[in-house]
Amino acid sequence: MKSIPVSTTINGDPYEFLCAPDETLLDVLRNRLSLTGAKEGCGTGDCGACSVTLNGRLVCSCLVLGAEAQGAEISTIEGMADGDELHPLQRHFIDHAALQCGICTPGILVAAKSLLEKNPAPTDEEVRYWLAGNLCRCTGYDKIIAAVQAAAAEMRGA
Amino acid sequence: MSLDEYTRREFKQVGTRVRRPDGVDKVTGRAMYGADATAPGMLTGRILRSPHAHARIRSIATSAAEALPGVKAVITSADLSVPEDEFIRDVQDNCMARGKALYDGHAVAAVAATDAATARAALKLIKVDYEPLPHVTDVDVAIRPGAPVVQEGRALENVPAGMSANVTSHSEFGHGTPAEGFARADKIIERSFRTAATHQGYIEPHACLASYAADGKADLWCCTQGQFFVRTLCSAIMGMEASQLRVTASEIGGGFGGKTTVFIEPVALALSRKAGRPVKIVMTRDEVFRATGPTVSTSMDIKIGMTSDGRITAGEAHLRYSGGAFPCGTVDMGGQAAFAAYDLEHVRTFGWNVLTNRPKEAAYRAPGAPQAIYAVESVIDELCQHFGLDPIDVRLKNAAKKGTKSSYGPTFPDIGLVATLEAAKKHPHYSAPLKDGQGRGISCGFWFNFGGNSCVSLNVNTDGTIGVTEGNPDIGGSRASISLMAAEELGIPYDRVRTIVADTSSLGYNDVTDGSRVTFAVGLATIKAARAAIRLMCERAAKIWGIDAEAVEWKDGAAVPAGPNAGKFPPMSLAEIAAVSFETGGPIAGHHEVNVDGAGVSFGVHIVDVEVDKETGATKVLRYTVFQDAGKAVHPSYVEGQMQGGAVQGIGWALNEEYIYGADGRLQNPGFLDYRVPVASDLPMIDTVILEIPNPGHPYGVRGVGETGIVPPLAALSNAVSRSAGIRLCELPMSPPRVLKALTGAG
Amino acid sequence: MRYVAAKTAKEAAGLLAAEPGVTRVLAGGTDVLVQLKSGMVEPDLIVDIKTIPGLGEITAEDGGFRIGAAVANAVLGEHAGVVALWPGVVEGANLIGSTQVQGRCTMAGNLCNGSPAGDAVPGLVAANAVARIAGPEGTRDCPVAEIPAGPGKTTLKKGEIITSIYLPARPERASDAYLRFIPRTEMDIAVASAAVSLELNADGTVKAARVALGAVAPTVVVADAAARILVGTTLDGDTLASFAKACEAVCNPIDDKRGTIAFRTRTAGTLAKRAALIAHARAGGSK
Repeated sequence: MKSIPVSTTINGDPYEFLCAPDETLLDVLRNRLSLTGAKEGCGTGDCGACSVTLNGRLVCSCLVLGAEAQGAEISTIEGMADGDELHPLQRHFIDHAALQCGICTPGILVAAKSLLEKNPAPTDEEVRYWLAGNLCRCTGYDKIIAAVQAAAAEMRGA
Repeated sequence: MSLDEYTRREFKQVGTRVRRPDGVDKVTGRAMYGADATAPGMLTGRILRSPHAHARIRSIATSAAEALPGVKAVITSADLSVPEDEFIRDVQDNCMARGKALYDGHAVAAVAATDAATARAALKLIKVDYEPLPHVTDVDVAIRPGAPVVQEGRALENVPAGMSANVTSHSEFGHGTPAEGFARADKIIERSFRTAATHQGYIEPHACLASYAADGKADLWCCTQGQFFVRTLCSAIMGMEASQLRVTASEIGGGFGGKTTVFIEPVALALSRKAGRPVKIVMTRDEVFRATGPTVSTSMDIKIGMTSDGRITAGEAHLRYSGGAFPCGTVDMGGQAAFAAYDLEHVRTFGWNVLTNRPKEAAYRAPGAPQAIYAVESVIDELCQHFGLDPIDVRLKNAAKKGTKSSYGPTFPDIGLVATLEAAKKHPHYSAPLKDGQGRGISCGFWFNFGGNSCVSLNVNTDGTIGVTEGNPDIGGSRASISLMAAEELGIPYDRVRTIVADTSSLGYNDVTDGSRVTFAVGLATIKAARAAIRLMCERAAKIWGIDAEAVEWKDGAAVPAGPNAGKFPPMSLAEIAAVSFETGGPIAGHHEVNVDGAGVSFGVHIVDVEVDKETGATKVLRYTVFQDAGKAVHPSYVEGQMQGGAVQGIGWALNEEYIYGADGRLQNPGFLDYRVPVASDLPMIDTVILEIPNPGHPYGVRGVGETGIVPPLAALSNAVSRSAGIRLCELPMSPPRVLKALTGAG
Repeated sequence: MRYVAAKTAKEAAGLLAAEPGVTRVLAGGTDVLVQLKSGMVEPDLIVDIKTIPGLGEITAEDGGFRIGAAVANAVLGEHAGVVALWPGVVEGANLIGSTQVQGRCTMAGNLCNGSPAGDAVPGLVAANAVARIAGPEGTRDCPVAEIPAGPGKTTLKKGEIITSIYLPARPERASDAYLRFIPRTEMDIAVASAAVSLELNADGTVKAARVALGAVAPTVVVADAAARILVGTTLDGDTLASFAKACEAVCNPIDDKRGTIAFRTRTAGTLAKRAALIAHARAGGSK
């Protein structure tokens, strides 16, 4: 298999890499670019642990080929905090104990950020349906919903 | 059980909701989990797995794979010696089949190659000559005479007539004479129940990185609930001395009991030894489902007698559990837990473990208890319905309390069941009106809790901060609760304490993170390590003041002169003592090593409201409240989190989760698409009520809280469905086709 | 394996036609990448059609809408015009997978995947949608209903790709609805599903009905006999009961890990009944 050269933008920074034609964006992020914040829980789009945004859309990076990143804008968990200033969602997840083991947390944070950009004042039900593709086995989701709502309220200036 | 540990006190920090110390790493993607590590020269390992449920392995041809460029090692069971110890041998044989493949997904060979694509290609070049054998995956079929025998030579010595050679153990618990009790009952209900095997469902697949060097020393990085136990198992399998294998626990992406043993770690070590390079293995989700974890599948007969005023006169349970292809003791815990919530004069449980062609059972949150208690709590509920009695009143009438001789032997000390039931009864949820078609169910739950071997080292840094070194992976906030207890005992702020999880070369042995033991047992060792450091600091202060060490007390984070010297010297703070420690005798540290007893049992009560769609059989969970005794909640948010997480795992088990085997003995649903764990939109908020009935066996009264929460949901949901839909299901999960069939008789 | 990002439909069709080995067309990739991961297929060639100009667009045409084959379903769901005209089609498309999957998956991909349980397909069939197909021999139009050929199979010929799907214009007082049954609230494959498209008379009675059932046969089932029961009625209880029975009568499902024959059959009838009521209300019917 001949490798494909790809130029892309991740968290605002230019990146260039070579990848195999059948290599997923998740594998590229984790194995070639040392961006291991996106996790592989299933590799089939069923758990959401590998969530990133691709040209502003929330996607599972396990369901995107690395080659498709050509010319794209990608955001990952590593780009969520502004330097040492945590994003309100990140802060509220810590304050509300919205993580136990933390493996699903990067994906849920990326997904929640994408929700709040689209809908700054979601209902609990809207948060739950938006996050239905992000499995969490530890928390029962309760504190995740509470943390997203607390962050949303802060971001609205409420 | 040591009951003299607890003393009443006012807490300053324990019980507050501090930020966990690993929080920032875990919300920024920086935390290192099992699959996140790399090593110079690292190879990728992959495992070939049996497509057969049961097959003799005639031969394995590996030469074509070995000849593939980029392949550095291929191993089969022939590369491992056969351990003498039966327990270790079973663990090893589960990691790599020897002679027979015992279930779909059983590992038969492994390769290490320069990249994943080469490793995948190499697996296809390995030729395994299988002789398929008759298989059995159903516990009720496997126990019958004439069933295919999963492993020869493992049967119980005297298998009773009417049972097969798949029966590997029998246990019996209880007291009294049930027949006498049943004779006094106004109503006896006998029901048979079945529960499907479920998986722990942690989101992080098993992953490890092994590096075995030419000098016989090895390092292993892996996601595990217990690095010390991994060392025990892997060093035994590899024929190594414990000191030569250092195991480092990564951050762990969920375990729930499923990461208390090894699956890929010995394979990676053996590949690394053969290849002479580090080897990383990461399981796929398919491998996780097919070859790790699940719970036992069960078949149970329950008989309970009750008087018309709600007194249970006798209870009897016959439990048939299958822990998969290897002998398994989980049924013993089911038998002990089944009636533990009740004060019974006549009670008896009988348990059998049965081999089937399924993966080897691994612990899952209160292993064995949810199933048996589901069955018992269902029958009690049906008796309540029969007599028209309030289900909480009946449970209060029969509840175990201090002084009750438990159904499994010990007499209970202070326990929280009555208080928990009373809290549930007076909670607004219990009296909230229901709409037509909705139903409310309740259930009690119980778990033993464990203590175990624990070892903590606490170092006083010269700037007045504290480093706590403990040996249990932080699976849900334990660094925070350990730091809180250290800060409380020392009388310094929480943020001056940093707790780290040590590798196996840096600390003495610690039991696995299981049995809800860490906050209890490691917490106890931490408090005592802090007390040891306090003694030293008092001595140093005494030395500086020129008085007897016995005349110094520790108060609010400082040494103060006491007795005849009281007020003679100003208090010396921890920071002040630490700053001059090099001049007063050297570094200051405390440590404590103990095999902790006195864990203190835990009870919970759950209330759930549901609505069953009678046209589709779908069950919607409308409202849920968990009541549980935590002894003392060190970090209430994480205690609530355990209660909520356990409840939701139980909801999944009750409604949708199950291992589905085809007629070919292969697992039909090895993925999150068809193994249906609850998603966010399935659920309401899970309300929690923490009760604090101090555990006499812990200095702060702490009880474990991790496991009990998964026990009550199974029956609570079934009891609620019964009241919503008017049908009593005796099988889990209550999936929509099963419910619709019960409602319509069709299908 | 080769990956080619095609610049034109003609190029894509030519590449696919010329490849002697296994090929896959990549739009959203939410099925193709799962097949790759599981080792189910090892394609020699993957042709990405998202890079073809126009395939990512929704355009108004003759009172209806032409949906490019690479339009992600999340984008479709944000298009007010399509949502107003064919709400049932959009709700089917929007039920596929998670938010993350919605950001990638397409109706054309759902159709070409050939699953009898595809959530986008019954709505399209009930809508009489038409697929535009580019192939080595040029372009042709084909009713969506004629594309599925059995589990994992379509009637598309080698080298053919769907470039767009056309949703026709609707008269006044017309609407549609789609319902599926899954054990959870999200993230499952439909165990049974039903799409109902209705046109009403001024008095609220049904003028025309088209019904398509999913996951109850090797391909989506058009339940014409059942649909005729609705015509002339206002969906009273007796009508709905016999409508549900008629839907059940045309089901030919399998027993599998997701559901039994009896469950799928009965549930398809229940869903069809409920979807008809929703479509009727949306079309301005009295209920």
